[in-house]
Amino acid sequence: MTQKIRCAGFGGQGIVLMGRLIAYSAMVEDKHTTFFPQYGAAMRGGTANCSVIVADCDIAAPTVEEPDVVLIMNGPSLDKFEDTVKPGGWIFYNTSLIDREVKRDDVNVFKVAANEIADEVGSSRSANMVMLGAFVAKLRTIELDTLLTRSLDAQMHGKSERVMELNRKALKRGASLAE
Amino acid sequence: MSEKIPIGEKVLMKGNEAMGEAAVQAGCMAYYGYPITPQNELTAYMSRRMLEEGRIFIQTESEIGAINMCYGTAAVGERCMTSSSSPGMSLKQEGISYIASASLPVFFVNVNRGGPGLGNIAPAQSDYFQSTRGGGHGDYRVIVFGPTNVQELYDFTMLGFDVADKYRMPTMILADGILGQMMEPLVLHEYKPLPDLPSKADWRLGDPATKDPLLVTSLVLDVPGMEQRNLDLFHKYEEITKNETRYEEVDTDDADIVLVAYGTCARIARSAMEQAREEGMKVGLFRPITLWPFPSDPLSKLADRVEHMLVVELSLGQMWEDVRLATGLKTKVHLHGRTAGGIPGQADIVEHLQKALDSKSDEIVRNF
Repeated sequence: MTQKIRCAGFGGQGIVLMGRLIAYSAMVEDKHTTFFPQYGAAMRGGTANCSVIVADCDIAAPTVEEPDVVLIMNGPSLDKFEDTVKPGGWIFYNTSLIDREVKRDDVNVFKVAANEIADEVGSSRSANMVMLGAFVAKLRTIELDTLLTRSLDAQMHGKSERVMELNRKALKRGASLAE
Repeated sequence: MSEKIPIGEKVLMKGNEAMGEAAVQAGCMAYYGYPITPQNELTAYMSRRMLEEGRIFIQTESEIGAINMCYGTAAVGERCMTSSSSPGMSLKQEGISYIASASLPVFFVNVNRGGPGLGNIAPAQSDYFQSTRGGGHGDYRVIVFGPTNVQELYDFTMLGFDVADKYRMPTMILADGILGQMMEPLVLHEYKPLPDLPSKADWRLGDPATKDPLLVTSLVLDVPGMEQRNLDLFHKYEEITKNETRYEEVDTDDADIVLVAYGTCARIARSAMEQAREEGMKVGLFRPITLWPFPSDPLSKLADRVEHMLVVELSLGQMWEDVRLATGLKTKVHLHGRTAGGIPGQADIVEHLQKALDSKSDEIVRNF
């Protein structure tokens, strides 16, 4: 199994954190993984994306040309990455900020009202966690439990308990969408 | 990460940071650097870790300042390093030339970006010539490692310090922006120095009150003296070529065509190799690990039994020249080169392999 994932949205939505959490969880689960962020002159509000590969064997190319899964947090990212998804792959997208339908008919689509659900949980800043929760519950690339018990603590070290609890709730709410 | 470094355990780390931690573990006592993308995380990491360890970190006034501080620190026998990216490395070349002439051990890192000129910040391997030909003025070489993943960035940083001490010369890692920026699991091996590293006691500068004065210089005006210095370096380089050449071969036994690639490119080439084999082509992979000394002899042996080679590099034929020099006219050496941030696609390489196999006897297939 090799799954290539791209997370995309605007700067400030926690796109890189989503990728790091997937990669860290994969490592904890003894899978092979590699994470690569778009880097350089980025700013809050600009576009941001990163790619993660999770596999049960050695990962050769670390580059992701044709992702199996995209986690899309805003409209410009859907425009940019919709066509890159492998036929038969998955598009998870944030309907809170994207008001159009996916045009492709050869991929699976999963809609997540990430910002609205995050708002209900306590803060729209956790929209990335809602999306991540839906993705792991639907595809089981990594386990929700790993995220909740290991990865959040390791990758968000130093955040207040209030923020951590918000993220855990948002992850669980996201996961419940896919159950 | 900084409170407690879990030595011996598997961690998820960025390539740039892995090199920093390896340097700390290997006993690097001073880091000097000036910021530049895409290696900034290395400088940032050292700014924290070196102070935690009570060692020296200086963000210098320029790249030239950094390399010359290395010159001084190495002259008193302490391990030190600098790091930069392409334009910054060009500025350091004068200092590296002096360090090579004075036979001092310094380790440095170039996380290659697109050039020439100020270029861009995207991944590239276009500093291959600069790295493998010495880089500055004069007849000298630098030992160059070309790691392919985050674990190797860590391991070869440690080895880089050791071989610098072993041969008293500059050594370096040539990485690209992908390797610097990517995160992968790696095991933070405990540092174990190479056995029999020579003592520095007889050449390092010390307190003049307790030690006889010594002169470290790269200026030797008398011709026989300077020529002899060059010959001494040359003989050292011959020994290094014999002892330190590293490479990896994958599935070359039955191959009709062999991909030659290093660093990030070797990984993309490997994916292409696997796809091409599924499509029925007999493809192997040859990965130089040291770029200088270049693994010319094993490549030459491979050329005795393989009709085609395809060099894949993030530059326009720089390593291709070395492969041609190594293999002479024994085999056809094709080229797939991208540059300035262009990354070869797996499918493009597979297509190129087929074109190379189908080529006429005197035809070299190039993608540009």
